[in-house]
Amino acid sequence: MEVETGNMMHAVVLAIALAALGVASVPARAQEFNLVIRNHKFEPEEIRVPAGKRVSIYVSNEDATPEEFDSAALKVEKIIPGKSKGLVRIGPLDPGRYEFMGEFHADTAKGVVVAE
Amino acid sequence: MLGALIIVFREVLEAGLIIGIVLAATRGAPGRGNWIAAGVLAGVAGAAIMALFAEAIADAFEGAGQELLNAAVLGAAVVMLMWHNAWMARHGRELAAEMTAVGTAVTAGERPMTALAVVVGLAVLREGSEVVLFLYGVVATGTSASALLIGGMLGLAAGAAFTALTYYGLISIPARHIFAVTTVLIALLAAGMAAQAVQFLDAAGMIHVLGQRLWDSSGWLPQDGVAGRLLHTLVGYTDRPTELQLVAYLGTLAAMAVLSWLLGRPIAPVRERTALR
Repeated sequence: MEVETGNMMHAVVLAIALAALGVASVPARAQEFNLVIRNHKFEPEEIRVPAGKRVSIYVSNEDATPEEFDSAALKVEKIIPGKSKGLVRIGPLDPGRYEFMGEFHADTAKGVVVAE
Repeated sequence: MLGALIIVFREVLEAGLIIGIVLAATRGAPGRGNWIAAGVLAGVAGAAIMALFAEAIADAFEGAGQELLNAAVLGAAVVMLMWHNAWMARHGRELAAEMTAVGTAVTAGERPMTALAVVVGLAVLREGSEVVLFLYGVVATGTSASALLIGGMLGLAAGAAFTALTYYGLISIPARHIFAVTTVLIALLAAGMAAQAVQFLDAAGMIHVLGQRLWDSSGWLPQDGVAGRLLHTLVGYTDRPTELQLVAYLGTLAAMAVLSWLLGRPIAPVRERTALR
């Protein structure tokens, strides 16, 4: 049993060390954008953001039902509960089009981030 | 109905693959069914609680609560998987030898079942809370409950079938090699989770280094396609990885390899014993 506890400690120390490698940095101030979910649709459906910068998107879900902001392109999966706001952090992005969707209403909730 | 089927299937599939691997990795361990069932039940209960407090979680830590929770859940699973593989490095060979000899492993009772039960619980928790929120949303909009139920059940059944497929596929591997295979699978699983965890920390605004995208393979193997999704869960495939994700992935694999090598070296008494046999 002692061996197991020792292994566990090793693993924990390693995990902390790996995490510390990244965490020790100063967050940069990000430009802010707003997005509304209404009737299972995004408004606006297209957002233009600066390329190469970190960007914050405040997603306000005005529907009563939860939605998941989902985008493999932007590497985001975030649940926005009904009647509430969520903050989605993205970037830095290369110039281009990045599609996103509301996973819980994928047929109507669609949008695109354009980085330029 | 189709929407419910697809979402439930997708989430059950991800948790199911992990459960299938864990079941194969614990082959021959007495009482493993209870451990894993306990993990699943705890995960389901946790998912319901997490869904109930979704708003409070989302608002916590200046809007980064969800990302931090996800990162913590993934990080804990990585530690548990490391623990399992470290244990197997020490005892795996005896275990495989005993299994070939008598069919079951006597030492199996000491296996770190808690670690794997926790991994199962955490996987169900992560995927399950999404299902709960989605189903709640559908019910709240007044969609027919029976259509939802049928879709959900079909999705669950399809996901469970996949778990069975994973399990039976793995245990058809000869007993001598099965633990070698599951150890590699678990290492890749852990590495993929670590890569996801750092991405959540990035999304939470905690990490601001190595955020550059390394490549984009979404054109020929999209991560949201069927194959991409399977590979994402199994080996941590990401179609647009960042530098940090690759570092986390390789770092986890390296850490597990070193740990296994340190613990797997034969100790003197063991060597004598095998020589005498």
